[in-house]
Amino acid sequence: MERKSQGQRKKRSHQKELLLQGNEAVVEGALYAGCRFFAGYPITPATEISEILSIKLPQVDGTFIQMEDEIASLGAVIGASLAGVKSMTATSGPGFSLMQENLGFAVIAEVPCVIVNVMRGGPSTGLPTFPSQSDVMQARWGTHGDHPAIVLSASTVRECYEVTVKAFNFSEKFRTPVVLLMDEVIAHMREKMVLSDEEEIEVFNRVKPTVPPEWYIPYEDTPGGIPAMANFGEGYRYHVTGLTHDIRGFPTSRPDEIGPFIARLHRKISQHFSEIQLAEFFQTEDAEITIVAYGCVARSARRAMIEAREKGIKVGLLKLMTIWPFARAAVEKVLQNSKVLLVPEMNMGQISREVKRVNRGVAKVFALNKVDGTIITPGEILNRITEVS
Amino acid sequence: MGEVTRLIHKYLRHDKKFPHVWCPGCGIGIMLGSLIRAIDRVGFEKDEVVLVSGIGCSGRLPVYVDFDTLHTTHGRALTFATGVKLAKPGLKVIVIMGDGDAVAIGGNHFIHAARRNIDVTSIILNNSIYGMTGGQSSPTTPYGMRSSTTVYSNIEQNFKISELAVTAGAVFVGRGTVYHARLLDSLVEKAILKPGFSVVEVIAHCHTQYGRQNRLGTAVEMMEWQRDHAVAVEKAAAMKPEELQDKIVIGVLVDKELPVYQDEYEKIRERAKVTIGR
Repeated sequence: MERKSQGQRKKRSHQKELLLQGNEAVVEGALYAGCRFFAGYPITPATEISEILSIKLPQVDGTFIQMEDEIASLGAVIGASLAGVKSMTATSGPGFSLMQENLGFAVIAEVPCVIVNVMRGGPSTGLPTFPSQSDVMQARWGTHGDHPAIVLSASTVRECYEVTVKAFNFSEKFRTPVVLLMDEVIAHMREKMVLSDEEEIEVFNRVKPTVPPEWYIPYEDTPGGIPAMANFGEGYRYHVTGLTHDIRGFPTSRPDEIGPFIARLHRKISQHFSEIQLAEFFQTEDAEITIVAYGCVARSARRAMIEAREKGIKVGLLKLMTIWPFARAAVEKVLQNSKVLLVPEMNMGQISREVKRVNRGVAKVFALNKVDGTIITPGEILNRITEVS
Repeated sequence: MGEVTRLIHKYLRHDKKFPHVWCPGCGIGIMLGSLIRAIDRVGFEKDEVVLVSGIGCSGRLPVYVDFDTLHTTHGRALTFATGVKLAKPGLKVIVIMGDGDAVAIGGNHFIHAARRNIDVTSIILNNSIYGMTGGQSSPTTPYGMRSSTTVYSNIEQNFKISELAVTAGAVFVGRGTVYHARLLDSLVEKAILKPGFSVVEVIAHCHTQYGRQNRLGTAVEMMEWQRDHAVAVEKAAAMKPEELQDKIVIGVLVDKELPVYQDEYEKIRERAKVTIGR
C-alpha cells in the first residue's frame, strides 16, 4: 500500500528520498541549522555523527576536530561558539559524564551549543551497543549548581532531523546549551526520510548587539532575559567567565548582583516555557488511559495504543519531544480525561516521577520500567494496559 | 606620559576591575607586563587578540586586560582556545595557565595541543604550588619540599614543563623567570609570532605560600634565587648534568618548523570539496 502510493506520487526535483539512520539525520539537521563546528571523541553508539561530519563539514568550510576526550570536545565547542560559529558535539553516557563540567560553563556563560547524547545502558561503561533512557535525570541535574536545562528527544528519523534543528534554534535563541537525548534504537534504525531543498523549518541565529562596543553590556538583564551576544573578534572586547558575574561579565561576590543573575538564568527559560514545549497527542481526547512516552519507547507505545483500541480499550499517547523543562501543561491536559497514566521507560522511573509530581493524586500513575538493554515492546505495554485498565 | 603608564592606559581595563587579586610582590604582574609589551611591540590590534585562561591565580589575569577574554574551567583553557582558533583562525589566541592548570588537571590537553600543533601560544606561570587554594603541592613542586598537603615532605618527582612541551612536539619552547624580565619580553614576543603551538614557561615565586612554607624568604629574596640559579641555555649546553641539578635553564629551548593545524585543515577542506565534485 505504502509503496504503491510512493510510485504514483510525482517527485519534485528538489526533494530527496533518503534511507537514513537517526544519527545520519542528526547530521543533516545540524548542517541545515548552520552548524559549522564539531568537536568530539569516538564513542558507541554516537560515532556515526562524528564520522559523517568529518566528511561533510570540510565540504562546507566547516571544521571537524577529534579531541583527546569529551571534556576537551565540549571545551572546543564552547570556544568555537564564542567565536561566532554554531557548534555541536555528540557522545554517549560515559562521555556525557565527562562533559558535565563544561556543560555548566556553557550555562553560566550563556554560550549556545548542542550536545547529542545517544543513551546506552549504564552505570559506567555499561552497555555500549544497547539502548537505554537512563540519562534523563543526568541531563537535567548532571552539572553542579542550580540551573535550567533544555533537553529534547526524538522517536523517528525525521524527528532526529527536525529536533536537531530546533535544538540549535533554542540554543541560539536562549543562549544556552541544549541536550538532545537519543537512544541507541533511534540512532541506528533506518527509516525513509524525505529531505527537501526548501525545508520550512525556521533557522534562528543568535541576536547580536546593535549598540557600539562602548555601550555594550554583555550580560544585561533584558525583558526577555536573554542578552545580545557579541562574537569574539568583532570589536566588543568583553570578558567571559565561569565565575558568577555582574552584567558586564566581571566576577562578582555581591549578593545584589548574584541573586538577580541566577534568577535571570532560570527566568529566560521559564518565561519561554510554552515555546520550548514540543509534544504530540495521539487520540488523547477520549482516552481513559494515556501512555506518556518518549524516544524509541514512544514507537512501541503507539503500536500498543492501536492494538488496545482494537480491543476496545480507550488508550491515548502523549509523546514528549521536550524532556526538560518537563511538559507540565501537556500532562495536565491529558489528566482532564484520563483516569490512568502509564509511563513506560527504559530506566527505573525517571520521567514517571515527574508525571506523578504533576499529577498530584488526580489519576493513577503506573510505571513500566525495563533496564535489561532491550527495547520495551508493544506487547509488554499492551499487557500492562490490560493489567491496569 | 611614561612608557609604562602609556601601556597601562592602552591595554588594561583600568577603570573596571581593580584592585587585582594578586598578593603584593607576586610575579604574575611581571608576566602580564611582558605580555603587554610583547603585544604592543608586534603590533597586534586589540580586537584580534583573545586571551584565554584556566583557574587559579594566573587564571585571573585576562579580566584586567582589554581584549576579548575568556576565563574557562580548571585545566581546560587550551580546549576552549582550540575552538576559538579553529572557528576564527585570524584571531591571535594566547592562553595563560598556571602549573597545576597546565600539567596537572590540564596535562592531557597540554600534550595534545602540542602534538596537534594548534596555533596558540601558552604562557605558563610556574610557581611550584597551588597558590589560590592555599599552598598545596603541584606537579612542579620539587621533591623534598613542603606544601600544605605535603607537610612532612613531597615524595613525588616534579614535571619539567618546558621539557614536557618539547617532547610533546611544541614548535617553540622558551623558559624564563620573572627576574629576567627582558628575556621574558623577548621569549613572549617570539612565541606569539611563531606559527604553531608555542610555550613560554615562566618560573615565578609564590612567597605567600611556597616561600613561607619552605622558609625561602621574601619575594625579593626568592627573585634573587632565580637570578643565582638561572643558566642560559647556551651555557648549559657545555655543563654536566650534575652541575645543572639545581639550576634553571633559561632561553629558547626549541624553535622548529612543523605543519600548523589550521593550514593543514585548509588543505583538507580543498580535498573534501574535490570529493563532492566527483
